[in-house]
Amino acid sequence: MCLKGENISFGYKKNNLILNNVSISLDRGEVLGLIGDSGSGKSTLCKILAGYENNYQGKVSIDEKEASGKGYNPIQLVFQHPEKAVNPKWKMKDILNEGSNISQDILDSFGIKKSWLNRWPNELSGGELQRFALARALGSETMYLIADEITTMLDAITQAQIWNTVMDIVKERNIGVLVVSHEKNLIKKLCHDVVYFKDINNV
Amino acid sequence: MNLEGVSMGNKTGINAVGKKETEALLKVEDLSLSFIQYASGLRQTELKVICNLSIEAYKGEILAVVGSSGSGKSLLAHAILGILPSNAKSGGKMEFDGRELTQEIKEKIRGKEIALIPQSITYLDPLMKISNQVIGCVEGKDESSMKKLQRDIFRKYDLKPDVEGMLPHELSGGMTRRVLVSTAVMSSAKLIIADEPTPGLDEKTLNETLSYFKDMANRGCAVILITHDIDAALKISDKIAVFYAGTVLEVANVEDFKNDGENLRHPYTRALWNALPQNKFQAIKGHQPMLDEVLDGCIFYDRCSKKNEICSRGIPQFKKINGGVVRCNNVS
Repeated sequence: MCLKGENISFGYKKNNLILNNVSISLDRGEVLGLIGDSGSGKSTLCKILAGYENNYQGKVSIDEKEASGKGYNPIQLVFQHPEKAVNPKWKMKDILNEGSNISQDILDSFGIKKSWLNRWPNELSGGELQRFALARALGSETMYLIADEITTMLDAITQAQIWNTVMDIVKERNIGVLVVSHEKNLIKKLCHDVVYFKDINNV
Repeated sequence: MNLEGVSMGNKTGINAVGKKETEALLKVEDLSLSFIQYASGLRQTELKVICNLSIEAYKGEILAVVGSSGSGKSLLAHAILGILPSNAKSGGKMEFDGRELTQEIKEKIRGKEIALIPQSITYLDPLMKISNQVIGCVEGKDESSMKKLQRDIFRKYDLKPDVEGMLPHELSGGMTRRVLVSTAVMSSAKLIIADEPTPGLDEKTLNETLSYFKDMANRGCAVILITHDIDAALKISDKIAVFYAGTVLEVANVEDFKNDGENLRHPYTRALWNALPQNKFQAIKGHQPMLDEVLDGCIFYDRCSKKNEICSRGIPQFKKINGGVVRCNNVS
């Protein structure tokens, strides 16, 4: 089982490509790090892989099959700022279950308390919200997780709590993870292998 | 670099009570802060966010303020600048350059003697050209000299002349950072407060940004660097103040952060250190409490591995240990 992005090119303007002929592949159960300069297009690549951006050239596939765009997307993306990834007018329990029903086991492993489920997003801290965003992304059909700077805004203890939980879950369920981060030490700790963005992007 | 080491060695105690040779540029004593909120109908409640917070900043030094989000780091900055919202109620004492820092004085000297380097591009006016924002408001004949100063600063920070005419959205993350730093340098302030200036920057831009702060301190400014990135703080700071749930648990020296953290004084600081990926990547359980949830006693009580009975009664007093200060009953 393998997630592949092949020959992906993308630009907001015609003659100004951000991504040029980028190819990347991620096996199930693999934890792959991605390092690159700010503004080099890492997050754009993440969005393309997870199906947020349609207007690109190239191919994204799982086991040679292109994503249908229907139903639950087995490739889930989690962002740096969870407060921008939740609906501010929904309660946490609705946000949590908007994609699929999330099992109690996942909530327990992230330490999500029952009382938090009835709160609004602005009543939770960044670390608490990020736990919800991850729990939501780790529905039972998820095969690949793309973590775009998910702990950059968090303190070291919360970062360790969250990553330790994520690593346990992905190991157990054989999920492939792409870890995008500026922090080399974190990547070194988590990943089996590292890709430098400038080596795969030909702009 | 060598010279710096020597001068740092000569400084005795840190911001504990005993420091005599130089007076602190900024003293914050027992700051407390709460927000008045409407609970239901007209019933008001008071939400405590900072209590018993004391720090001092010295000329030529960088004081890093580290701690998790929601620990009150940014509120401290806003309290010093006097830009808290109107429903905030604060207590305690602040002194700047030997005089008491009242709201009136804060309004007079902010932007001149105290400058803030804000966290992000959103603090810039999206419809105003960069050079006008950096120079700010000047009267008639000063304009050309300010323009010259701005050009010099831009040259120093490697910002090309065409940046002057750009709008904020045309800048990259690193350029924005340099522009925000330039605004603080323009003001020739004595105290510079940088609020989370580093997240999301790649290594090169990060080191560059940090070097600007070092540079300001070397020119005699006092710098308060607010960050949750301990690694970045350790690279350039002289002292590290560790915030937790609205108070300071420890002020440590940079050299104390090494090995397993055995030189650190507070269990929370040690936990923070051991949670770094390059160290043990070990997380302690639980989460930072709201001040209202702590009934009496040490604020770290719930998560502490060394707690004993006395810790549940009364907030521990500051103790001076090994050139640092700590609020913990179990160190000696």
